[in-house]
Amino acid sequence: MSFSVTEPTKGTKWFAGILVIGYACITLVPLLWIIATGFKSPADSIAYPPVVVFEPTLEGYVNLFTERTRATPDMLEAAGEPDTWYDAIVQERGTVISGPSRYGERFLNSVIIGFGSTFLCMVLGTMAAYAFSRFKVPLKDDLLFFILSTRMMPPIAVAIPIFLMFRNLGLNDTHLGMILLYTAVNLSLSVWLLKGFIDEIPIEYEEAALIDGYTRFQAFYKVVLPQAATGIASTAIFCLIFAWNEYAFAVLLTSGTAQTAPPFIPTIIGTSGKDWPAVAAGATIFLVPVMVFTILLRKHLLRGITFGAVRK
Amino acid sequence: MAQIRIENVRKDFGAFNAVKSSTFTIEDGEFFMLLGPSGCGKTTTLRMMAGLELPTSGEIYIDGEEVGMKPASQRDIAFVFQMFALYPHMNVGKNISYPLRSQGMPKAAVKKKVDEIAEILGITDILNKPVGGLSGGDRQRVALGRAIVRDPKAFFMDEPLGALDAEFREHMSEELRALHDRMNATTVYVTHDQLEAMQMGDKIVVMNHGVVEQFGVPQDIYDWPATKFVAQFIGSPPMNFLDFQGMIGKGGTEVQLNDIALNVPQSIDGANGAMSFGIRPEHVRLDDSAAYRGRVKATEYLGTTQIVTLETANGDIKARVASSDKVNVGDQTGLTFDPRTITLFDADTGAALRSQANEGVLIHG
Ligand SMILES: Nc1ncnc2c1ncn2[C@@H]1O[C@H](COP(=O)(O)OP(=O)(O)OP(=O)(O)O)[C@@H](O)[C@H]1O
Ligand SMILES: [Mg+2]
Repeated sequence: MSFSVTEPTKGTKWFAGILVIGYACITLVPLLWIIATGFKSPADSIAYPPVVVFEPTLEGYVNLFTERTRATPDMLEAAGEPDTWYDAIVQERGTVISGPSRYGERFLNSVIIGFGSTFLCMVLGTMAAYAFSRFKVPLKDDLLFFILSTRMMPPIAVAIPIFLMFRNLGLNDTHLGMILLYTAVNLSLSVWLLKGFIDEIPIEYEEAALIDGYTRFQAFYKVVLPQAATGIASTAIFCLIFAWNEYAFAVLLTSGTAQTAPPFIPTIIGTSGKDWPAVAAGATIFLVPVMVFTILLRKHLLRGITFGAVRK
Repeated sequence: MAQIRIENVRKDFGAFNAVKSSTFTIEDGEFFMLLGPSGCGKTTTLRMMAGLELPTSGEIYIDGEEVGMKPASQRDIAFVFQMFALYPHMNVGKNISYPLRSQGMPKAAVKKKVDEIAEILGITDILNKPVGGLSGGDRQRVALGRAIVRDPKAFFMDEPLGALDAEFREHMSEELRALHDRMNATTVYVTHDQLEAMQMGDKIVVMNHGVVEQFGVPQDIYDWPATKFVAQFIGSPPMNFLDFQGMIGKGGTEVQLNDIALNVPQSIDGANGAMSFGIRPEHVRLDDSAAYRGRVKATEYLGTTQIVTLETANGDIKARVASSDKVNVGDQTGLTFDPRTITLFDADTGAALRSQANEGVLIHG
């Protein structure tokens, strides 16, 4: 077997493989545990020593989506045979469903605010990055530094001023307010990332389009945008992950109409005892959109994270 | 098709002056070369003509219309970029049809036109391929296809063969020239390769440090360079200069180099002081009986000819002579210069002195 500088040896490959698998296991275990807990009964979920093999139940999911009241034996008698499988599950616990829970609404809020702010952030970020990359902007370097500097302190450091500002503007607990806030926080990162990607696209492409009879704006969206797709996709994932998981501002600025899922999930515990399976079910469902989004864009993401090193 | 005229065009980038004050005219249907060393402002000049860069001052006319401040999209010209700039997210056919789609041409007409162009360029079989995997030559052809598909007023090409291998350049340059002759479109071609310029161009502008040094047909520029820079930049080996102090009167036909009289074309203005006696290597003859002497320093064999380097009292000089001439290093020999081919230069300014021979040629466009 010949030795090669670029081709790893068998041993190196095994070593790298084991390392990656080991790391994946460590990071995946909590995730798998959460998913499993969602299908446990309350007793199994707090059993000690922890149970790995258990009889799965949808009780956590039913509890997550419903409000229940304790029922006396007569009431249960009066209710008769349960109409549906989920009625059966709650009646077994001596309760009846009194209505839907808030989880659905909160989840929808998260979707609106998360994807809304990501979309806005991409639109503004791409245009700003394009301008910074291509035009002579007065004080360009200072502006870029200023934009980045908004990211230097933890966002929560400005929580109080933002709270007061939102109250005066009537943005407290509104979808618009949260979308604007998350867009503002994410914009610095996205301008910087996208500027890097757009810098990589040779300017000749746009010049060719200009000469071919297209306007500057047509050249931007017909030639630059398709080529920046990789960068836009990976930047969008970063923005979405932040907006989706954001907790501190959400606790502070939302309570009713615009509350997102992160501040809501912990409150599930309080409503009916230590209902860990319902919390786990809420967390599991909450994970799905970002996972789907990331998987859909993963081809772009892999290329994007190398920051243009592969393209050319 | 179009005539293009540049008048006193200047371009500054901040404090840096890239093009000083260019004036020249490109006639309708000409294959026109912008020639000069790296950084002399060729690309900048071309980009101003195309509308990708705005001139700091001066006028640019296309078909008599002043277009200096018009955006590129309204000038109806095509540009072939050095790296071709094919849109990577489109296949070959889409790349070629892209300029047509901007005009809102109907689909069927676009297809017909693209097929026709592909036929001319011999790329019909790759129309549906992505541009990513194409060879240099095919990329070049696609870039050309995108340029000619629109029947623009003029083609601008910035070192279009620069990215190709040497052997392929030759082939492509022939193809390009043939394409031009077939379409008869005004073409402006940027290159730093003097051979390419001489072979392909109908006319050449030679630039240096943002200044147009000379403008004319290749033969005139080769035979009658307007400046020492042009004389040295064009030709391989370049023109020889014998430096001397001397004088030549109005209407004079000889100069004295170390008290040896040498004939030159009749001078118009005359001159006095430091001058250079310019002679191309192929016009130097070795003749033992001649009064002007030199010592052979080196010989370089080139097949049918050889380049002989000689040391003279006025500096080194190269002669191109037949390989059959017996020349040995160290020999003392006499030199004769064909008097009809000589250009005298002012040694300080580098400008050629006007003579009966070069008078008509030195006039700038
Ligand atoms: N946008 C710009 N900003 C500042 N300086 C520039 C710009 N474009 C060109 N220059 C400068 O102007 C001079 C002429 O550049 P230009 O590209 O026209 O040269 P060129 O003759 O095409 O050279 P090359 O053969 O290297 O392509 C160079 O010194 C270059 O550095
Ligand atoms: Mg150039």
